[in-house]
Amino acid sequence: ALSVTVQPRCKIIRFILIQNRAGKTRLAKWYMQFDDDEKQKLIEEVHAVVTVRDAKHTNFVEFRNFKIIYRRYAGLYFCICVDVTDNNLAYLEAIHNFVEVLNEYFHNVCELDLVFNFYKVYTVVDEMFLAGEIRETSQTKVLKQLLMLQSLE
Amino acid sequence: MTPSVRLQEMIRVIRSARTQGEERGIIQKECADIRAQFRQGDNGERSHSLAKLLYVHMLGYPAHFGQMECVRLIASPRYSEKRIGYLGAMMLLDEKQDASLLITNSIKNDLSHSSQYVQSLALCTLACMGSAEMCRDLAPEIERLLRASNCYIKKKATLCAVHIIRKVPELAELFTPSARSLLSEKNHGVLHGAVVLITELCEHNPDTLDQFRKLYRLLLLFFSYHFISYSPEHNVAGISDPFLQVRILRLLRILGHNNDTASDAMNDLLAQVATNTDSSKTAGSAVLYETVLTIMDINSESGLRVLAVNILGRFLLNNDRNIRYISMTSLQKIVQTDHNAVQRHRGTIVDCLKDQDTSVKRRALELSLALVSAVNIRSMMKELLIFLSTCPPELRSQTTSGIFNVAERYQQSFVLHIYLFAGGDVRDETVPNLIQLITTASELHCYTVHKLYRALVKEISQQPLVQVACWCIGEYGDLLLKGECEEIEPVTEDDVLDALETVLQSHMSSPATRGFALTATMKLSTRITDNVDRIRSIVSIYGSCIDLELQQRAVEYNALFKKYDHMRYRRVFSYVQLQMKAPSGNVIPAHGLGQVTQTVVLNNPNKASLPCLFLCSCLSH
Repeated sequence: ALSVTVQPRCKIIRFILIQNRAGKTRLAKWYMQFDDDEKQKLIEEVHAVVTVRDAKHTNFVEFRNFKIIYRRYAGLYFCICVDVTDNNLAYLEAIHNFVEVLNEYFHNVCELDLVFNFYKVYTVVDEMFLAGEIRETSQTKVLKQLLMLQSLE
Repeated sequence: MTPSVRLQEMIRVIRSARTQGEERGIIQKECADIRAQFRQGDNGERSHSLAKLLYVHMLGYPAHFGQMECVRLIASPRYSEKRIGYLGAMMLLDEKQDASLLITNSIKNDLSHSSQYVQSLALCTLACMGSAEMCRDLAPEIERLLRASNCYIKKKATLCAVHIIRKVPELAELFTPSARSLLSEKNHGVLHGAVVLITELCEHNPDTLDQFRKLYRLLLLFFSYHFISYSPEHNVAGISDPFLQVRILRLLRILGHNNDTASDAMNDLLAQVATNTDSSKTAGSAVLYETVLTIMDINSESGLRVLAVNILGRFLLNNDRNIRYISMTSLQKIVQTDHNAVQRHRGTIVDCLKDQDTSVKRRALELSLALVSAVNIRSMMKELLIFLSTCPPELRSQTTSGIFNVAERYQQSFVLHIYLFAGGDVRDETVPNLIQLITTASELHCYTVHKLYRALVKEISQQPLVQVACWCIGEYGDLLLKGECEEIEPVTEDDVLDALETVLQSHMSSPATRGFALTATMKLSTRITDNVDRIRSIVSIYGSCIDLELQQRAVEYNALFKKYDHMRYRRVFSYVQLQMKAPSGNVIPAHGLGQVTQTVVLNNPNKASLPCLFLCSCLSH
């Protein structure tokens, strides 16, 4: 079994994943050190665990010795992996905040937007999350910054 | 970098591949192109090539050959190239790669860049993949930026500092002074970062915690300001910056833990937040939940604790399953310490057993079991047994064990019911326990043996149940045959022997179960009158059984029939005190010829001389 080395009781986001139903990764942001094969294993496991759930389940899954907070938007699963003692509801809101920004930025975002503009999605993530913590929560501010950054390119 | 046509084109081509093999072919060709591009040096195309490589990497293909290109691009003066270089560094480099050290210098330079966006790239990358060594090198730069005037940079610098402290805890001291001054910022984003930084500092070092503890006053003031004030751009569903509120509450929790002064000061504010936060949407519930967690973790006064438990109770009634789930998670933690408060919500918790999500059911089960007491055992047992009959398979074992434990503790006659309901799910070790319980409940012997007999007749696949049933029939067969209790339907000797024979002959019966059945048959020879011959023939058949254990017993019993028939009554109703030894090693006194599957310590106070053969049969069952 792969042992994922984690500092004990470290309240940090371990990773953020966006996957589609087929298991294709649209975004993988890691905030802790994992080897390449550990990362692959985690991606597969998260996909397996999250896609069997439906509306009659909670949005939380106990996963290894952490937990996954996830939300499904159309064919995409947005997953945040956090410590078991973290506030589930706050992260649920954080996911929704993030998705709303994506929606605004890409003007009614769809999966293909995330595919063809993958590097931009990373920019959005990096504006809103940093070092495994929520960084900026004001949608207005984030969008303003994103437009500024876009003009530089 | 506007997505180059070629990048988009490549993505399109890859997506059009119909098979995995076709995709691999395309990727190989593209990677060859990219490698060629990298070798050509600076031609304005490098960033596009790296972007293509990063896409390929996201699909799961190896991209290590791009690492050095990231290093080169980061050092470029052009923003578009830096930007993709840094992204590449975050995706392809981690602290284990040697190449990551090479970018330390670039990061250092970029941290002092005139453009805040370049600074931001550097900060972000350092916070994402900075190794301990890089962190040590660059910590002073970060500390300087914490005091910089630009809010945008400060926000990123604070979280970068958090990363550094996690990697190199000794550097915490470096950031302590600036962290405190950051709290005087008005900007929510900076404040949020500052609270996170201070939380990290406090968690890492108890001394720092003491230093910062006085801060609670400032935080409380602050909290009231933000709680009351309205910041439109941080508003979520009518709640003013719930994320910041949550972080402040978490920091208050740390500051108030095990500290009376701080806890006392917080009581009022926490009560206010608990009462006034609108929990109709998730954002409000998140804040309320964090408040509850804080109340429970500091030295709060009892009234406040009750308020917190009531909030959790209200959550249990919420339509949103998520909220019910987290409520039960918290209630589980406090059910021992605040037992009475939680008891008030027992009804709602029991209702949650009917939820459709298994994880909610599991929480409700754990809580329900913890809430069983001598007072409510009857109604709770009813609910739990109903749950057992409909619960999902993955919970059956846990439910049965749980019910068994509470039954043993409070109402032992229920133990029998459990066996009848779920005989297959109880663990084998519980068999001697149940037998022990049955022997002591003498008024229930008649009822018990009838119920077990009926169960045996219906079904013989559940081994623990069958074993206990056989034992009872052997021990209390006379009660079964006389039919002296409310269960009418008298049972004939033939019926009983039929049942036992079925067990003996069934391929579903384990060897241990057959042992029980054979001994029970033998014991019945002293309790019945008409069918002794039938018993004799059953027993002798097993004298040539393949199973050695069974054979040995059968032979011994046969011997009892043949040679010691005159003593059979006395022997089988043994006057020798037997003690059962459970697998745990505990010795339990047993009356009568106790049916045991483990070693039996023979206690012979009268030192009666017993034929050796007989000793064996007493010992074996």
